[in-house]
Amino acid sequence: MEKDEYVELFHQMILIRLVEEQASVLYQQGKIGGFLHLYIGQEAVSTGLISARQPQDRVITAYRDHGVAINCGIPAKLVLAELLGKATGCSQGRGGSMHMADVKQNFWGGHAIVGAHLPIAAGLALGDRYQGRDSVTICMFGDGATNIGYFHEALNLSKVWNLSVLWVCENNLYGMGTSVERASAVSEIRQKAEGYMIPNSRVDGMDVIKVREAAQKAIGTVRSNKTPYFLEIETYRFRGHSMGDPERYRTSEEVKCWQNEEDPIGIYHKYLVDNNIASPEELDGLGNDVEREVQASVEYAENSPEPLADDLYKYIYAQTN
Amino acid sequence: MARITMREAISQALWEEMERDPNVFIMGEEVGVWGGSYAVTKGFYDHFGPERVKDTPISEAAIIGAAIGAALTGLRPVAEIMTINFAFSAFEHIVNQAAKFHYMFAGQMEVPLVIRTVSGGGRQLAATHSQSPDVVFAHFPGLIVVAPGTPEDAKGLLRSAIRINDPVFFIESATLYQSRGEVAEGENLIPIGKSKIQRPGKDVTIVTYSKMLETSMKAADQLAQEGVDVEIVDLRTLRPLDMEPVLESFKKTNRAVIVEEGWRSFGVGAEVAARIYEEAFDYADAPIQRVAQKEVPLPYNRTLEQLALPQVEDVIKAVKEVL
Amino acid sequence: MAQIISMPKLGFDMAEGTLVRWVIHEGEMVTKGAVLAEIETDKATVEVESEFVGVLVSQLVPQGTVVPINDPIAVIGEPGEQVNIDAFLGKPAGGEKPSALERSVEGVTVQTASALSASAPTVEAPTGEPGSLRASPLARSMATELGIDLRMVQGTGPGGRITKKDIESYQAKAPEPVIAKTPSAVHMPPALTSKAFIRETHNLPLPKLRAAIGRRMTESMQQSPHFYVTHDYDVGALLDRRKEINALLSEDDKLSVNDFVVRAVALSLLEFPNLNASLDIKNSTLIYHGEINVGVAVAVENGLLTVVNRNTDQKSVHQISSEIKIVIKRAREGKVRSEDIEGSTFTVSNLGMYEVDQFTAIINPPEAAILAVGSARQVPVITNGEIKIGNRMKATLSVDHRVSDGAEGAKFLQALAKYIEEPMRLLI
Repeated sequence: MEKDEYVELFHQMILIRLVEEQASVLYQQGKIGGFLHLYIGQEAVSTGLISARQPQDRVITAYRDHGVAINCGIPAKLVLAELLGKATGCSQGRGGSMHMADVKQNFWGGHAIVGAHLPIAAGLALGDRYQGRDSVTICMFGDGATNIGYFHEALNLSKVWNLSVLWVCENNLYGMGTSVERASAVSEIRQKAEGYMIPNSRVDGMDVIKVREAAQKAIGTVRSNKTPYFLEIETYRFRGHSMGDPERYRTSEEVKCWQNEEDPIGIYHKYLVDNNIASPEELDGLGNDVEREVQASVEYAENSPEPLADDLYKYIYAQTN
Repeated sequence: MARITMREAISQALWEEMERDPNVFIMGEEVGVWGGSYAVTKGFYDHFGPERVKDTPISEAAIIGAAIGAALTGLRPVAEIMTINFAFSAFEHIVNQAAKFHYMFAGQMEVPLVIRTVSGGGRQLAATHSQSPDVVFAHFPGLIVVAPGTPEDAKGLLRSAIRINDPVFFIESATLYQSRGEVAEGENLIPIGKSKIQRPGKDVTIVTYSKMLETSMKAADQLAQEGVDVEIVDLRTLRPLDMEPVLESFKKTNRAVIVEEGWRSFGVGAEVAARIYEEAFDYADAPIQRVAQKEVPLPYNRTLEQLALPQVEDVIKAVKEVL
Repeated sequence: MAQIISMPKLGFDMAEGTLVRWVIHEGEMVTKGAVLAEIETDKATVEVESEFVGVLVSQLVPQGTVVPINDPIAVIGEPGEQVNIDAFLGKPAGGEKPSALERSVEGVTVQTASALSASAPTVEAPTGEPGSLRASPLARSMATELGIDLRMVQGTGPGGRITKKDIESYQAKAPEPVIAKTPSAVHMPPALTSKAFIRETHNLPLPKLRAAIGRRMTESMQQSPHFYVTHDYDVGALLDRRKEINALLSEDDKLSVNDFVVRAVALSLLEFPNLNASLDIKNSTLIYHGEINVGVAVAVENGLLTVVNRNTDQKSVHQISSEIKIVIKRAREGKVRSEDIEGSTFTVSNLGMYEVDQFTAIINPPEAAILAVGSARQVPVITNGEIKIGNRMKATLSVDHRVSDGAEGAKFLQALAKYIEEPMRLLI
């Protein structure tokens, strides 16, 4: 990697972190409605993973999608505008937090029904295979989704039909408030892929370089072998499942431990400095730039117009004869 | 013009569209090697090959989910759910995913998907294999629901469904596959979302669709011998529902009977009757009657099953009620 | 303080009245009880009196306007008071009772059939009939369009519902309201036509009173199953007493046979409360009236009115006679008041002056019975095995079989005999 590629990874992680912190503030001000699932603590996962993709590779994920949206190239101001439900949002205010998308960037959405997007991911890969494309579909989901029927149907189908899907499980140890130990028959999620004869591995998700390397390897395998691969990425979310989560299912000591010792931004900051890739001043300066960018994005979003009432029925049908 | 069966009509529509557009392909359980559990896709596998006629595992959610994904990439999949009773296993993907993507992502995604399935009872398959829950799927904005009653309509509507860029839930009827009808040569596309008067008349309006069209026609023939002239309006599409011909007919006859194979409560009749009362209340000379399946899970025993299903006599009785 | 005068309800089934003539002009003083205007209802022209003292500030409607009951027709103010009419009327219709002139309805609930299309002013809303009127929406709109009163139509649909077919049959049977065919449309042998004197056929719009009587009598015959009991009274004693009393009275004060009959009826009703009752079929209730108010049928131009005598049982024959005379005079002059014609609990109809042997009358709804009195005549009678000359008068009681039955009717007529044949009892 070149220096600017390294720095870009840092930039994206900081951007996600600050956008998420702003989102939290806006939510508490009552400007964001519904559910808000923050990516704070997991920034290295999507940043490392998506940095490894080729432009023709598709990304689809679940509802904790703001970070993924930014990594896929959606500007922070359009993410924030969508959170505020504005017409300038990436889904024109119709999707909200859980349904960001930008198909031009090959980002096929955040999805809110647990596990339901997995068969769709298989379909994306099916479509690309049918049309002779060289694309890999990167499908992200949480540990909780690995227990629902859709997960099993999709993995099975991907293997039976040899679909080019990289199944990525972001295991942050809790499905909403239920730990993996209480919900899953197997303790290592990747073991489920064994049952479908899908090659698999695990990686530490708090280290963006490790994630990126594992992702490159996995995507390469999928692309060349035309067969699915399962990558389990261990990570941790520092905030609750969503805003308003009282977090009774884990101790504050546990959370603090992760925050202090396993913050992916801190880890990467140290990596960059220790390996003389960037100086602390540069990184601080970058941090300040991002702060300003995020402030401007919030202003943009707040000043954006609401969608028109007359457009309520728009987009029901693409075309009828 | 040719006189062909419903099965042949649907099969022809699929074949012709697959020949015409290489992006059209079929996926479902037993559609390939077996030739389709209702023999609709017999011969397709050998002609079009395994890439375009895909046998799937028994994974309805994955079948529909994958079909959606493939549609998102620009293809035109025709996914088959062997019977509508199995559609519940893919209910999430039919009504919550396919129906909503275009709206939810503000037009970024189109789902040009057709889901073919088979509805109806009467073959002693017992409760879980004999349902007609058509209305359940018609409830959701964003999903088009089509249910033809004649071979001509089946062929024309299926071709239209494959060509449009929206998800279509295409409901066939098992006991109609052998029914015959005239079908014109050529493209003969039939517009989705248009009801049709299948039998003009002046004394009473019957509103119906799918298998019950056949039942209503038989009832009308018998009633004609008694001097009652029945007009039959075939809905053909449940969503979007075209009420214009229904209202025009009702304003002429002032009395209506709605015939459906599904259960009465919260059914097609409930919706159509409500709309008639809303739009043409002053034209009503009698309360609207609904003929539907009795409110029981369909039993295996032949007599009981026929007792529960709407018959020609039930339609005749209802017509006489409103006269 | 300004006051609103509203169109009064002058009958239990009145929905609107026509203000035919203003008697007091704007700016004129009005005393309590002074006649403000003349209102034409179905039954008669009635005078509307002012309840308030003051100045007639505003005549709210011009002469000839049809006004629904309870709608304002006038504003009375204090002398010198400035009244902003619009603001004043803008107040939600007084909130309190609309008008002191409103008469209470006799127990029977009034229904305006709101289901009937409101867009046809020529069709009166059916009110107060027992049970609700069943008609399909199509039949209702056809009736409105054709100006048909649904109460006149026989319903043959389920539950007696009136349907399109019924409206069509009614149309076919109803007399053409417009031009009658010329006599030449009738085939006559040539000899007769050349010699016949052709009289002109002409049409008359059905007078309101006639139409109202027709409606009420039709309703009565359709809804009340009538049965009839006739009794032949020996009126010898009554005629003698009457002669004696009339010798003491001035010419215009003399008593008629009917005056005696009316008091006799009132006293008999004390013993037969069923016949002094009204049936509220909607609520399945019999209303036993506290008062005995005997109505007397009076012929007027274009029809018949029932004038009412109140608390008849407590009045002497002479008082009854005088009161009735006064009201009849008012009725014949077209100046009848609402209390003159409303509130009867039993009616007596007397055709005795027309040499009528016996007749049956139709009950006035919501009453339970009516007595039809024939002429007093000299006839041969058998007393103690011998033929003598007797004075007999037949009276026929029509009774609503939903309220009473034959035996009771007969007993009532027997009780009545006590008072008619022993008229001294009327003095007690």
